[in-house]
Amino acid sequence: MTTQLKTNRRDFLKIAATASGGLLLGFHFTGCESSQMKVITDEELLSQAIPYNNFLSIAPDGHVVIFSPNPELGQNIKTSFPMIVAEELDADWSKVRVMQAFLDGEKYDRQVTGGSGAMPHSWERLRKAGATARRMLMEAAAKRLDVGINSLSTSNGEVIHKESGKKLAYGELANEAASIPVPEDVALKNTKDFKIIGTPVKNVDNKAMFTGKPLFGLDIYREGMRHAMVQRPPFGMKLKSVDDQEAKAVAGITDVVTFNDNVAVVGNSTWQVMKAKRKLKIEYEPINGELESTEFHNKKFDELLNGSDAKVMREDGNVQTAFRNAAKVIKSEYQCPFLSHSPMEPMNFFAHVRADGVELVGPTQTPDRAKAAAAEIAGVAPELVTVEMTRLGGGFGRRLRADFVEEAVHVSKLVNAPVKLIWSREDDNTGGAYRPAVKYRFEAALDANNTLIGYKLKGVGMNAGNTTRENNFPSGSVENLLIESIDYKSDITTNAWRAPITNFLAFAEQSFIDEVAEAAGKDPVQFRLELLDRAKSNPVGSIHYDVDRMRIVVEMAAEKSGWGKKDGVAQGFSVYFSHRSYVAQVAQVRMHQGNPVLEKIYAVTDCGIVVNPTGADQQVRGGMVDGMGHAMFTNMTFKQGMAEQKNFDSYRLIRMREVPEIETHFVDNGIDPTGLGEPALPPTGGAISNAIYWATGKRLRNQPFIEQEELKEFKLGQRA
Amino acid sequence: MAKYNLKINGKSHQVDVDDDTPLLWVLRDHLGLVGTKYSCGIAQCGTCMVHVNDEAVKSCVFPVSAIGEDKITTIEGLSADGDHPVQKAWEEIDVAQCGYCQAGQIMTAAALLKKSPNPSEEDVVEAMNGNICRCGTYHRIKEAVMLASKTK
Repeated sequence: MTTQLKTNRRDFLKIAATASGGLLLGFHFTGCESSQMKVITDEELLSQAIPYNNFLSIAPDGHVVIFSPNPELGQNIKTSFPMIVAEELDADWSKVRVMQAFLDGEKYDRQVTGGSGAMPHSWERLRKAGATARRMLMEAAAKRLDVGINSLSTSNGEVIHKESGKKLAYGELANEAASIPVPEDVALKNTKDFKIIGTPVKNVDNKAMFTGKPLFGLDIYREGMRHAMVQRPPFGMKLKSVDDQEAKAVAGITDVVTFNDNVAVVGNSTWQVMKAKRKLKIEYEPINGELESTEFHNKKFDELLNGSDAKVMREDGNVQTAFRNAAKVIKSEYQCPFLSHSPMEPMNFFAHVRADGVELVGPTQTPDRAKAAAAEIAGVAPELVTVEMTRLGGGFGRRLRADFVEEAVHVSKLVNAPVKLIWSREDDNTGGAYRPAVKYRFEAALDANNTLIGYKLKGVGMNAGNTTRENNFPSGSVENLLIESIDYKSDITTNAWRAPITNFLAFAEQSFIDEVAEAAGKDPVQFRLELLDRAKSNPVGSIHYDVDRMRIVVEMAAEKSGWGKKDGVAQGFSVYFSHRSYVAQVAQVRMHQGNPVLEKIYAVTDCGIVVNPTGADQQVRGGMVDGMGHAMFTNMTFKQGMAEQKNFDSYRLIRMREVPEIETHFVDNGIDPTGLGEPALPPTGGAISNAIYWATGKRLRNQPFIEQEELKEFKLGQRA
Repeated sequence: MAKYNLKINGKSHQVDVDDDTPLLWVLRDHLGLVGTKYSCGIAQCGTCMVHVNDEAVKSCVFPVSAIGEDKITTIEGLSADGDHPVQKAWEEIDVAQCGYCQAGQIMTAAALLKKSPNPSEEDVVEAMNGNICRCGTYHRIKEAVMLASKTK
């Protein structure tokens, strides 16, 4: 089946059917072809390519189609996954065409982007997919040449018989190899023999992105499609009444509908819908009691931190005795605000509820969740829902939720038409599902020898779940330890936000560790190494991180940054283990005309094998820029159940001028790859706050830094 | 609603839209030129950048009624085959992460280089500071603009 759907008068989206009946967004220049090859569209290619398994097909003309099952939001999975398949296949990368697979629970598992989990989950299955097809091609070649399979090798898209000098291109073997029984056990390459993995491979969507081709959810236009936007109630309120007369009078508006406590405006163009939405006159009423504000949250934090209702997450030894016997006690509190995820592409989704099923197209990190929600709302069986994933204009955890998909399905059902529902930036900032606001109280006990003998952490979060990572460092290195958490059920909706919990916990913990090191009169790096020594030689309780891997990044970061060896600059250290990876960072701050200037940050990452160095460098840099921007500049406050910072004029995101130099290094240890979309973010805030402390004597315990009393006399964030 | 004759990417287009419709939505909803992106709608992020007579302009607040005879260039019209020096530099440096803001970044950079072919690093920061990249590709954007200035 091949269909071509009109997107509008001038532009067409080519839609092609895959073998399974799934649909693909196709662009004839996607992929990595050399300019010598004939340019062939995705749909033409798919009609010729012969499937070997769920991940790859080979066409007689030599093209290798590799399907990437997971949503792509900038983590570069659409390039790095196919690299792994191509590596074991020994494919010629210039002939590889990458296509985004649809949601297909039978072909793929874990089609999710979240938790930096795709790479560790898929590493082996992708290698096997490539290796299995390679073996089949070799068997076909052995038959055709009438030689033993052991006399054959492969390289760059060809099977080679060394003795005779004969070479058979994969394309020539595509048909006959596909009929060979799929081998059960195939040998994988020795990592030392990798030719594609470990080399910088450019993003497969570069050309489409840089020439403005439709790639993202917002770029979906279909015949007869209506545009929709929703007005949602403030947190803690429900709909009382709607006067939609003026809104309906706006030219181009076709419907105003309500569902749950939402009012949706539907019309013929985005701008008309935006205008009409502003003309809605809606009354809301409180669901019960007080509407939440930042003051309310602050009051709750203190009330709960001082109360006794905490849940014990981990307890080693006896902290009471340790603190009673302490020579010194250090106590500090750290706090962060709610944050919006703010991907550059606002939430949006296309839904078409029909009698025979639901068609969904758009940017989601969890297509399976979108499918389940749509089936329920539309009242159809889940197998009648198709989900096509577009490229995501960022996610940061926001698109793990399916709320915007649900809205699109509701509206499509109510107006009986295909609908693209979009959120404005203001909707995005006020619509919830934020990084939760959290407050921590840390206490440390030092004995007369300045050994850390007691450690307490108590966290309170607003809909944060467990605010701690109780088994993370420094657990295992302290004799007496108590980790407690309290979750307050706030009206403000929250959601995983890149490096959930650790995006702030790491800052708080690594800043506090520096406070303790200073109280103990020890160098920050030395102090951390001593704790790791203890965790290694005589661990307390269970240890859930690899002490040796953490030690290596600490030592390497100290070495690469010239720790303790630089004049005229203050250095701040931080190290964190999250999402199976280890990252140590050193921030460098120089006082310039009386102000602390963040000059540079060094990062050393252990994520195991680096699949794509250019992508890996991007993930580390991106995570760090994310971490520093939000630590330094971004605030979100609440009044009457509404976020006060509604757009980028007041919700401050980091810009080019504020970004320091970054130097990235990776540990080369040959271990299977672990996550990289998140782990570089958590340590950054702590490295910066520690460097600012050593430069100015001001200890930053709350974010964003720029709004703190401690920095009032300074100007932060401008380069010299 | 009124009819407008617009000169976009060297071609003439007629649209029938509300007077206050921003150019951004004329491009996207009415002309199928979806390379120009929406993000903030209040001229704060540069994602919607186009050229109006070779100047970088944020199309999300530029009403169709103000265009007149001005020549509009969008990312689709920047070059015939994605081979503008800025586009080539973006590919060479492998700038994008999610990629959503990059068309706007490229348009800003191309306008800068048109006006000032040999910018200093400070000129680049000054020109590009109005464009937000939430993924944090700022280092590579800067590197790519500098490269484009040397390779055209």
